[in-house]
Amino acid sequence: MTSVAHAKPAGGAHDAHHAPMSFWRKYIFSTDHKIIGIQFLFVSLFFLLVGGLLAMQIRWQLGFPGKPMPGGGILPESMVSGGVILPEYYIQLVTMHGTFMVFFAIMPLLVGVYANFLIPLKIGTHDMAFPRINMWSFWLALLAGLIMLAGFFVPDGAARCGWTMYAPCSARPDLSGATYSQQLWSISIVVLGLSSVMGSVNYITTIINHRAPGMTWFRMPLSVWALFITAILAVLALPVLQGAAIMLLFDQTIGTHFFDPGAGGQPLLWQHLFWFFGHPEVYILILPAMGMVSDIIANGSRKPIFGYHSMVFAIIGIAFLGWIVWGHHMFMSGMNPTLGSTFMVSTLLIAVPSAVKVFNWMGTMWRGNLRFHVPMLNAIGFVSMFTIGGLSGIFMAATPVDIPIHDTQFIVAHLHYVLFGGSLFALFAAIPYWYPKMFGRMMSERIGKLHFFLTFIFYNMTFFPMHIIGMGGQMRRIYDPTIYDFLKPQQPINEFISYSAFALFAVQILFAFNFLWSLKFGKKAPQNPWEDNGMEWSLPNPAPHGNWDKTPNVYRGPYEFSAPEAGDKDYLPQYVKLPTDRDPIPAPLSAGGH
Amino acid sequence: MQTTTMTDAMRPPVPAEPGAGVYSNKLGMWVFLASDVMFFTALIGSYIVLRFGMATSWARPGAVLNVPLTGLNTFLLICSSVSMVKAYAAIADGKKYFLRKVPGKTLQDGGLKFWMLITIICGAGFVGVQVFEYIKLVGHGFTPTGYREGSVLAEHALADPVKYGAGVAGMYGSTFFTMTGFHGFHVTCGVISMLYLYFTKVLPEKYSPQDYRGIEVIGLYWHFVDLVWIILFTIVYLI
Repeated sequence: MTSVAHAKPAGGAHDAHHAPMSFWRKYIFSTDHKIIGIQFLFVSLFFLLVGGLLAMQIRWQLGFPGKPMPGGGILPESMVSGGVILPEYYIQLVTMHGTFMVFFAIMPLLVGVYANFLIPLKIGTHDMAFPRINMWSFWLALLAGLIMLAGFFVPDGAARCGWTMYAPCSARPDLSGATYSQQLWSISIVVLGLSSVMGSVNYITTIINHRAPGMTWFRMPLSVWALFITAILAVLALPVLQGAAIMLLFDQTIGTHFFDPGAGGQPLLWQHLFWFFGHPEVYILILPAMGMVSDIIANGSRKPIFGYHSMVFAIIGIAFLGWIVWGHHMFMSGMNPTLGSTFMVSTLLIAVPSAVKVFNWMGTMWRGNLRFHVPMLNAIGFVSMFTIGGLSGIFMAATPVDIPIHDTQFIVAHLHYVLFGGSLFALFAAIPYWYPKMFGRMMSERIGKLHFFLTFIFYNMTFFPMHIIGMGGQMRRIYDPTIYDFLKPQQPINEFISYSAFALFAVQILFAFNFLWSLKFGKKAPQNPWEDNGMEWSLPNPAPHGNWDKTPNVYRGPYEFSAPEAGDKDYLPQYVKLPTDRDPIPAPLSAGGH
Repeated sequence: MQTTTMTDAMRPPVPAEPGAGVYSNKLGMWVFLASDVMFFTALIGSYIVLRFGMATSWARPGAVLNVPLTGLNTFLLICSSVSMVKAYAAIADGKKYFLRKVPGKTLQDGGLKFWMLITIICGAGFVGVQVFEYIKLVGHGFTPTGYREGSVLAEHALADPVKYGAGVAGMYGSTFFTMTGFHGFHVTCGVISMLYLYFTKVLPEKYSPQDYRGIEVIGLYWHFVDLVWIILFTIVYLI
């Protein structure tokens, strides 16, 4: 109702950038969304490395069970015996690999980095709605990661029971064999949930209230749409996991019995709570990737995205369906078959909006003037790998098929096709794409292309055979497949997978080198290196603190490639005012504005 | 917009983004409350599943818990919601003062400082009564793990297992202390936030009828916490 009440807090943040700031305020305890995004980037790449190292040890054990692991001698006796991985350590490896990759690598890479970095830049505002809460969101995420990492250094070793922490194993120290690290896992998840909710409240508020004049809902880039829907999922899903983790922590510490069947608790309750969070979490891990890939594919095809509105509604549809399918993780946990069929149907329905997206990406590329730069290559990799991952998802959604392949390596193959082939390829596209905006320099195209092709080959060599050994019956978290006669003939495939996985890991050194080397020695980036339409490219590289001096106006949608009005160029940025464009009408102060 | 050179060829102007029509702090609080709803949903949903999945029934209402005392406490919390509304209305009318010393005026005419203080006292009183209740319950032998061996409640449960829900005491304690404890934690956070606002904004008279966003935002949170308690009181104490 009143003008004061409507003053945007962003104005305050904008004024602050004229004052000189100390190194600590500027780079460590920063409230600037871009610095926070970059902080998230470095921290989550570190956790990605941790998760990758754990994966290598898993592959050593599966490929060469009973053989001493090279370098295994540096690990303590509680983990290895004569260089051979012990079963107790193996279950810690699979648990912590999953935990780190899902909660501390992929999720912060997609949401922590790109929601923070892209949302204000792409909607044309100066900073997040609540910059200080944003800072806390980062520091809590880092704290949660360190608590999780500390699990490896407490007396009884890291958490076990798998990343899903199924009860009663996780609830009772006498069953898991670990006391402190199980508690650290629960505490870390509670802290991470807090961080995620704080971040998501920020993203939602910023997108709703801080869009630049002219940035209507349907002029927002699909990356922002995807991050918006993801934030809604996170805000509603993470608290459920927090509640579950708190109950688990109480079971572990003060002697409650929520999940302990011996005392009347219900282990299935944990599964319901975990997957009620867990399935929306799956879409938290893929929707931002889909959004960013849509931006990059339109750019690389020099065509407007095919079916913009259907893309938006597909995102919303996937997110909605994501709430009613959690039971498909529990077909084998003892479920009324009628209920199982319901979950099967709702799960199969998700294929519809997912297919809409895949066909729209192909429609965008069809007869486009394709530019195969590194982000585009990785984006195409995303589309193809996500399609395979999505198709294997249909196998498991069907209850009769799920029964034999449940908890086998087939599941491992599927989830890596969507998480590595999907999310991580999207990140290999997004990191070089917005690298100039972050650091003012370009990553090397040549190394990037080499990295893409090698990763693509070794990635498929690693994960595709897992479908086959999964069909052959190899269990998901088995310590030594050779103990079963029926799995012995598959052992050469396991060795092949391990060699491929080691090569895949080695190829990532190219990426790490490219990333770090380009920080200092990369080619200086021109202002709009990809000739893109997004608002962020109206700024110099790297973008200055506070972004724009004056809130920019937006004149059109984000995908005006090859538009006739563009003249001799084949792109028409959102911030360019043509003689035929009018400025947006200033926002009316809405009635009853309190 | 002055467009003296407007021609038919120009595109129609697009209105700037009004957003949600509310300021960001308030919108952010609403989004946070949605998230908090899901948190309590996890706890309350688990409670329902656990309670009705039991082979034997819960202790009868009032057998273990002191319902009259908590009823009084509920009244205290509802009063604090009323005083929060009064504080909001006071500052909207520009009444920043504590009490106006005018003959014929009653407490009804208190200002922001008065009603916020009442809200804080009621909120802190609620937490205090809850702590007192916890101490009493643990003294009787009601703990998160069930009825403590050798305690009064354990003896009662032996004598009358149905009334005291002897078989399911562990789950009763687990859910009771988790749900009410986290609600108490929310109230405590609210009281601390209100104290902070009281000393940094209310007493220095930073709020004006033009801008009292802090009061409105904390008010939203406070009413939410109050509402959660109405639900918890009903399902934990009364049924």
